[in-house]
Amino acid sequence: MDAFIALANGLTVALQPMNLLFALVGVLLGTAVGVLPGIGPALTVALLLPITFKLDPGGSIIMFAGIYYGGMYGGSTTAILINTPGESASMATALEGNKMAKAGRGGPALATSAIGSFVAGTIATLGLAFLAPTLVELAVKFGPEDYFALMCVAFITVSATFGDSPVRGLTSLFIGLALGLVGIDKLTGQARLTFGVPELLDGVEVTTLAVGLFAVGEALYVASRRHIEEEVLEPVRGSLWMTKEDWKRSWKPWLRGTLFGFPIGALPAGGAEIPTFLSYSTEKRLTKYPKEFGHGAIEGVAGPEAANNASAAGTLVPLLALGLPTSATAAMMLAGFQQYGLNPGPLLFAERPELVWGLIASLFIANTMLLILNLPLVGLWVKLLAIPQPWLYAGILVFATMGTIAAKPSIVELAMLGAFGGLGFLMRRFDYPIAPVVVGLILGPIAEAQLRRALSISLGDPMVLLQSPISATLLGVALIALILPFVLKGMSRFKAAED
Amino acid sequence: MSTRTPGRVDKAGLVIALFLLVLAGLIWQDLSGLQLSSVYGLGPKAMPMVVSIGLAILAVGNAVIALQGGLPKRERLDWKPIVLILGGLVALIACIKFDVGFIPATAILFAATSAAFGRRAFITDLLIGFVAGTVIFLLFSKLLTLSLPMGPLERLI
Repeated sequence: MDAFIALANGLTVALQPMNLLFALVGVLLGTAVGVLPGIGPALTVALLLPITFKLDPGGSIIMFAGIYYGGMYGGSTTAILINTPGESASMATALEGNKMAKAGRGGPALATSAIGSFVAGTIATLGLAFLAPTLVELAVKFGPEDYFALMCVAFITVSATFGDSPVRGLTSLFIGLALGLVGIDKLTGQARLTFGVPELLDGVEVTTLAVGLFAVGEALYVASRRHIEEEVLEPVRGSLWMTKEDWKRSWKPWLRGTLFGFPIGALPAGGAEIPTFLSYSTEKRLTKYPKEFGHGAIEGVAGPEAANNASAAGTLVPLLALGLPTSATAAMMLAGFQQYGLNPGPLLFAERPELVWGLIASLFIANTMLLILNLPLVGLWVKLLAIPQPWLYAGILVFATMGTIAAKPSIVELAMLGAFGGLGFLMRRFDYPIAPVVVGLILGPIAEAQLRRALSISLGDPMVLLQSPISATLLGVALIALILPFVLKGMSRFKAAED
Repeated sequence: MSTRTPGRVDKAGLVIALFLLVLAGLIWQDLSGLQLSSVYGLGPKAMPMVVSIGLAILAVGNAVIALQGGLPKRERLDWKPIVLILGGLVALIACIKFDVGFIPATAILFAATSAAFGRRAFITDLLIGFVAGTVIFLLFSKLLTLSLPMGPLERLI
């Protein structure tokens, strides 16, 4: 019941005119950039971080959440209409959605994805409102050793367990951890990895890294492959509205997608790819129209889209309750909190309930706004796709450098932006995942601080990590998550050899 | 994305492994200059040590994958746009270093990126970039009171 009261209080915060405006700006920006191919919600939040520095924290965070949800909606529009999903979470949607658009059923495909996202987003946000406080109650009992163990779980699952190759994922993570070492060690005041450059004493800015990896890296990558890919925009033909038949075929996939998306998103594993593909394969198995799959089956759009949005709400559970980011966007939102000196976690629920619950309540509002804005305005969003690519990327780069200079007016910072851009390009080219770098930079220093705190409380006895039952369990989970992909890979090789 | 060509040594992959090994060595060298000063528990050296060892192990892992030819297949690379974009960034940094100002710097970056994406109207794009830079400068410098680098032009506004 407490959650209801807290949520009601949050609604009074979220319904303040200023915060409504922030939410509206967030969902509009989020949808716009979600529609633009190549710009995901993580990049948008990263670009906006330096600009919002002087705004009200509550309002900015509500705006970031709006961007997150809006980006999910916008991404599906691009996936359906041009078959180039803006983010990997929309890949499953593109499979059937683009076929539907080609068959002249783009309208219903967009409608089922928008309404499905609304249904899933609303249910999952309710789940967030009830699950987060429970998790907070548990997290209050966490000692520093437990937090350290929890971060180990996050490190491993984000980088190793669910990627294509655990070695590549861990490589990304360790590059992020190495970047996290740069700067003054907070406990002893000694400079690490600064090589005598005074600008590096504060450490590597999360925004510089994220903007470099996502914006500059993406621009370099797309420009270098321009001669390969050709995009075709599928016009929306026919009615926008779903028929009775469409509704009948959509509502069950929506609910099933939510059931996949929310719990998997809420695990410290994160990611929306797994629930969306799980949902896609489930719908394919359960459908009464198996022949339509591969040629534009509406279930194949409804399910993954719901799963996609539900998992977005799911990733907010560990972010808000534990301060644990499990996706690139969540990592950027954590950086957003940190720039105001706020640390998500149990303490934030106790100290700034109006902020946390205002944010959760505003998610419901953002979701409703998206439903109302998206269906009628879809024509307008599609027009965004007509922006010439050269100007689009030139604009992104101008904005990226502007944000970097505004945050830290120094040439070293700009040089780092360029270097991270090069790194982002190489990582894309050689298929290394990018999110673990950002997560490593943000969580690495926190994990180190927790470990050192734990060991100084225990007077240097490392057994404290195994004596706490929570910590021991979590470290066990991390170990299994680390070894499992290697074992499974060995097994699949064994199978392949048998064939 | 995981089309493999087994049996062929991937030279780029070996370079990546070497880079990781150099990074590990750099961290190790840096940490040996630190002093232990905490009474109980871990000093400032522990975490760099873990990261350095981890990177060294991963360098070996990456090298093994490269030797097996296990890296994903890559398309032919077009270098020209990369040089153009990075060149635009370098020009922007130079402009700010020598106090030419934010607006001209932005104009050059805009035109260079636009050219990298295949447009052949450098002067037009330079003008567009100039206008965009001016609008951004006015919006963020005056409205949001962010401090952007100033040159002669910016001081006039």
